[in-house]
Amino acid sequence: MPLILSEEQAMLAEAAGGFIAERGPISHLRHLRDTRDADGLSRDLWRDFGEMGLSGVIIPEVYGGSGLGAVEAGVVAEAIGRNLTPSPFLSSGLLAARALIDGGHEAQKADWMPRLAAGEAIIALAVDEGAKHRPDRIQTRAERAGNGYRISGTKALIVDGHIADALIVAARTDEGLGLFLVDPRADGVTVERTLMVDAHNAARIELSDVMVDADALLGAADGRLLDRVLLWGRGAVAAEMSGAAQGAFDQTLTYLRDRTQFGKAIGEFQALQHRAAHLYSEIEITRAIVLKALQALDAGADDADLLISVAKARAIRSGELAVQEAVQMHGGVGMTDEFDVGLYMKRMRVTSELFGDAGFHADRVARAGGY
Amino acid sequence: MSDLETFRAETRAWLEANCPPEVRGPPASEDDSIWGGRRAVFKTPGHRLWLERMAARGWTAPEWPREYGGGGLSREEAKVLASELRRIKAQPALLSFGIWMLGPALLAFGTEAQKTRFLPEIVRGEIRWCQGYSEPGAGSDLAGLQTRAEDRGDHWTVNGQKIWTSYADKADWIFCLVRTDPDAPKHLGISFVLFDMATPGVTTRPITLISGKSPFCETFFDDVRVEKENLVGTLNRGWDVAKYLLAHERTMIGAMGEVGAGRPAGQVAVDHIGVDDRGRLDDQMLRARIAELDVDAIAFRAALERTGDQVKAGQAHPAVASLLKYYGSELNKRRHELVMAAGGADALEWEGERSHGGQSARDWLRTKANSIEGGTSEIQLNILAKHILKLPGA
Repeated sequence: MPLILSEEQAMLAEAAGGFIAERGPISHLRHLRDTRDADGLSRDLWRDFGEMGLSGVIIPEVYGGSGLGAVEAGVVAEAIGRNLTPSPFLSSGLLAARALIDGGHEAQKADWMPRLAAGEAIIALAVDEGAKHRPDRIQTRAERAGNGYRISGTKALIVDGHIADALIVAARTDEGLGLFLVDPRADGVTVERTLMVDAHNAARIELSDVMVDADALLGAADGRLLDRVLLWGRGAVAAEMSGAAQGAFDQTLTYLRDRTQFGKAIGEFQALQHRAAHLYSEIEITRAIVLKALQALDAGADDADLLISVAKARAIRSGELAVQEAVQMHGGVGMTDEFDVGLYMKRMRVTSELFGDAGFHADRVARAGGY
Repeated sequence: MSDLETFRAETRAWLEANCPPEVRGPPASEDDSIWGGRRAVFKTPGHRLWLERMAARGWTAPEWPREYGGGGLSREEAKVLASELRRIKAQPALLSFGIWMLGPALLAFGTEAQKTRFLPEIVRGEIRWCQGYSEPGAGSDLAGLQTRAEDRGDHWTVNGQKIWTSYADKADWIFCLVRTDPDAPKHLGISFVLFDMATPGVTTRPITLISGKSPFCETFFDDVRVEKENLVGTLNRGWDVAKYLLAHERTMIGAMGEVGAGRPAGQVAVDHIGVDDRGRLDDQMLRARIAELDVDAIAFRAALERTGDQVKAGQAHPAVASLLKYYGSELNKRRHELVMAAGGADALEWEGERSHGGQSARDWLRTKANSIEGGTSEIQLNILAKHILKLPGA
């Protein structure tokens, strides 16, 4: 398969890019932040995502979605990254949708997926527990109890957790890691919104002897569903970061052309030209591996796991460089809240941690390489 | 089965039957390289057979048109062939400046007669080419070159000196930039010509590098006769041909580290340093650095593939070759720094059987030229700043 977008994918990129730039520009994020919006995002916009077919981009058509794949999801995520648009796309349109498609019982699918696809429901995935993404060290327990399970544990960095209509909780059973569909209003669930540096949604959740039915378990409790959901999540976050890096870079290029010092545009100075050209190279190479990894996911390739880790590690490295150069090249105004580059920097920091930092993913690459 | 799957199955079967065992697995030394030419040297009869069999199918230049001896494969078929060659760890059937550089320029700028004459013998590895670009006074400022060709009616007489001419002492022919109009602005007085290195007046002198090897030469032209029919492209517009060819050269240099990579740094490190009780390299700091390299190398391979596909789809910016050149050559330098660190004291030997004649150290030193040859990293960054980023004054 050629490593470029197909005609249909390019059309989606244009449509989604235009829609998201118009309806969810950076000023939208600023408004939500400055008004201390209780939801932290616009439910109207999420419904419009639904109407555009973006909420349900990976949801099968029989449930009202578009039935597309990882590359298309990446196209949407990239536009979101470029515009820093707060949206439940990652939590609900991607992670929850993936978990339900691959692990949901028919009734759960019929109940939730049409609403996800329509942008009417929000479901949050609760995996991490500590400062770092360590899915192999999950402490939250799901004990057999009566006809179902009793779940206890503490979860952190749950994207859209405080506005979720349902939670998907990763918990350890006697058999292995399972994902459980949990009602956030159930007894024993305490949700605390955490206001984050990037003004995007996150929450901490305490589960204390929360009782769920047996069929709350999605798929089998063997860890494979979580692995798969995380793989898709990492791919989407890498695409989002690639978009954010491009957004920061575009603003920086404009600044290099417009800002004058010593009687000329600062972009005329070779010291800055070379750094800009280096950054451009880093961003382009990341874009290539992100697309490669997403194509591998769609193809079910053997090396999809490795490629996704490479993509996430690269997206972090080039994204970090992009935002640091953005602030430095903007000089003093880059430090002001008024300019957008700081917002890119903050978002990059959060997405760097989401589903594994650069070290986490480089370690996986090393293990795959046998060293 | 799709056409592509059928092609894969047939290719796999053909390679299984036709790729000699001597050319499978990582090359032990430079002697494994197949360069072809009039004075071709083959390490084993298997090496010769490998070239002949691949050339007969046009698979030394898989995507060139069949009418000029190429394989006539589509981009997707060529990818399948490359992946099947990788699968059996086949060494390249032919290393060739003719394929990497001159051929694409001839396909774009050559006359029908030039294409018919030169391309098939390039595919078959019968003529080995070298590149006459740099001069002592024209390095990064290549268009400042002074080697001149004077019009003698039915031919030109060429006088001057080239430098860093790779394998000039082993090459049969040269593609060469010469000044045909000394009064024109420097970019507009250059022509692109071809001539036989056996022509009277051509001499070469190898230059010993820090690696102790001499892949580059000084090349001198003293009243060398060049036929008019061997002008490629338009008179005095050789810079267009030169730039087109440079884009191919740059992509080739950028890809060199990925295509020709020997044993991966991580494996070299395990060989020499060993692993801890969790199976990880017993040097955590080095392990992290190698992992970062692998991340970048795998990503860069995707960038190479993507660029090739963009070119095919007509979506590539011509200056993107500078990105590949810049990034690939810097990456290859990093790789060899790490291979040296992975080998530790074992990698320091300069001679002798155990070190294959100091191969690690010599390869490491050789890579330092990667970010100089074909245009320095700084020149590539200039090009990106000017032609892609469109920064002012660049």
